Amino acid sequence: VDLELSPSQEELVRAFSACLAKESSPERVRQAEPLGFDPGLWRRLADMGVPSLAVPEAAGGGGGGLLEAALVCEAAGRHLAPAPVVESLAAARALAGAGLLAGPAGEGVASGRAVATLALGPGLPQLVPAGAVAEVVVGRQGPDLAVWRRRPPGVAAPNFASLPVAWLEPGPPAATVPGAGDRHQAARDEWLVLAGAWLAGLARAALELGVGYAKARHQFGVPIGSFQAVAHRLADVATAVDGAGLIWQEAAWAADAGLPEAPVLASMAFLFCAETAERAAAESLHFHGGYGYTLEYDIQLYFRRARGMAQLAGEPAAEYLALADKLYGPRSTGP
Amino acid sequence: MDFRLGQASEEFRSEVRRFLDEHLTEEVVERAWRTGTMHDWGFHRALAAKGWLAAAWPPELGGQGRDPFEMAALTEEMAYRGAPVDGWGTSELVANTLRVVGTEEQRRSVIPRILSGEVIVCLGYSEPDSGSDVAAAKTRAQRQGDEWVIDGQKVFTTLAHEAAYVFLLTRTDPEAPKHLGLTMFLVPMDTPGIEVVPVRTLGGERTNMTFYTGVRVPDSCRVGEVNGGWEVMKVALAFERQPAANQAARRLLRQVEEWARQAPAPGGARVIDYDAARLALARAAVAAEVGKLLGHRMHWLASRGRLPVVEGSMAKLFGSEAFREAASQLLGLAGPAGVLEAPDPRAPAGGWIGHAFRHAQVTTIYAGSSEIQRSIIAERGLGLPRARPPG
Repeated sequence: VDLELSPSQEELVRAFSACLAKESSPERVRQAEPLGFDPGLWRRLADMGVPSLAVPEAAGGGGGGLLEAALVCEAAGRHLAPAPVVESLAAARALAGAGLLAGPAGEGVASGRAVATLALGPGLPQLVPAGAVAEVVVGRQGPDLAVWRRRPPGVAAPNFASLPVAWLEPGPPAATVPGAGDRHQAARDEWLVLAGAWLAGLARAALELGVGYAKARHQFGVPIGSFQAVAHRLADVATAVDGAGLIWQEAAWAADAGLPEAPVLASMAFLFCAETAERAAAESLHFHGGYGYTLEYDIQLYFRRARGMAQLAGEPAAEYLALADKLYGPRSTGP
Repeated sequence: MDFRLGQASEEFRSEVRRFLDEHLTEEVVERAWRTGTMHDWGFHRALAAKGWLAAAWPPELGGQGRDPFEMAALTEEMAYRGAPVDGWGTSELVANTLRVVGTEEQRRSVIPRILSGEVIVCLGYSEPDSGSDVAAAKTRAQRQGDEWVIDGQKVFTTLAHEAAYVFLLTRTDPEAPKHLGLTMFLVPMDTPGIEVVPVRTLGGERTNMTFYTGVRVPDSCRVGEVNGGWEVMKVALAFERQPAANQAARRLLRQVEEWARQAPAPGGARVIDYDAARLALARAAVAAEVGKLLGHRMHWLASRGRLPVVEGSMAKLFGSEAFREAASQLLGLAGPAGVLEAPDPRAPAGGWIGHAFRHAQVTTIYAGSSEIQRSIIAERGLGLPRARPPG
């Protein structure tokens, strides 16, 4: 076991964290609402290599793996970055894997000029993450991998998470890869890991807000963090947040290493990180008392996005059942 | 970054598995749970013959010098297979503590007997009025010439009926502040005045109360300084092996999966074909994975020479709480038959699911309750203000 990042991974995290701390402050996050997209931030991130940093060098990318992509996503989640980091990193890898990144279907994606995203579910129309700003959507059409190109609506479907979601309407794809539906499944698994990392980053930031508030806020003459009713719940959250950080890293590492358990770990990472993010944000919000329920305090920004990002993968129970299929095989009979 | 335990660890794990196939017979497991004594002399001495009681000890002290990842493989496999190794756990803890704070004579006379499998040692910390607040011990030790006279009572003195020594926390200065009036002794269990009374538990394990009446021991039985017992405790607590609730959860998962694959359900399906079963299994599998990672992080930090205090508390807290939750959810899948116990032939998974449900309750209590772990995480990890009264 070696849980240390390599020097270049450390550098990657440092660079993106520094950029996001400046360019994705709570003020900027609020300003980007309700669309949930900040074009200035997106240009900065694209200049730094999103989304091509995790595309193989042979396909013109930075050669990073899913772990490098996930490290960037974690930083983005920490800062609630109003930019399609998760979506574009996952889509660029999917396009490259299908050999479409360099072709007309992938035009502009590597440079960030055209935002790309994944349609996670089956069928059209469907609500797509970053669909409000994405020109390129990688999805599935029957047994095939399909890529749609469209003019992004530029407005989000009204949503409580202030995420740039929008509907992908039925229409002919710009390209298909016949029989490559399993590639879409693999891309979806990568999205689960990246979204997990994003949610784990969000969870840690939400925990820090809650801990900071519990130290500063005095009631009954003492900091509320000295009450075990508060401290012990924060300890549970801190434990889950550490666990979330470990499991997305394991999932990303396993995927890069090509291990057979990688798909299982992808589902596990997403599920655990999603639950932890909601819990961390909800607990921290709760310990803010009435202030936490107002829109003036930042914790609500985390709370709304925690659930919103998690919700995009579909019903949690369905993801658990998908995990069960990966673990135990499909059901032998339909009861 | 690498999440594997490594080749040396995996090779050692294979060796441990072969050993368990040979020595951890159904008879050994059945006897342990029937008697409630989670120690088996035959098995213990087979471990000793392998040199594994001293697996983590440096070669110059007769050990095998195995690293934290090899030790993780050893202890994980033992726990996963349900091996009765409680006596090894407490004895090695005491041996490690003696190595740091014992006298030359104690190190020379006691440690080899522990590591060779000749004797085991039980822990005499908890008392009727002091559990989590262990430093509030009242068992009295008074000096009389070269001897000490000990009077008092301990609870949860597990394996006292098999142990050669009790590692006994006593009060030597009732006037001093709580932590400054304690002294530790290593008392031979055959000393006159010690009485062992069995206590049965919900999970079938046997523990004991032990009574000490006019127990006279020479000063050479003292471990550490007079009134320096808390310093000894700090060393001993650092050596306390985190209980393997996460491995127990993995074992339960395997047992439930095997049972669910063959257990018939209404409509000709198997239990595993039902959404409720698949959801409960998948949920428990996620928690078991996270528990494993928190444990491996602890081993990784130890391998870097760091003492993972907060990380150890997180692993213990998460592993035991998740085990309790998983056992509750998974038992539900068995329906009415879930209450059946062995030897009823229709007890699901041989009654082990119900057994895990009962046993899981203690894992959030012993070796530092969940509340103690949360306080450690909150205060030392998150820097929140101390909540308990001082002292």
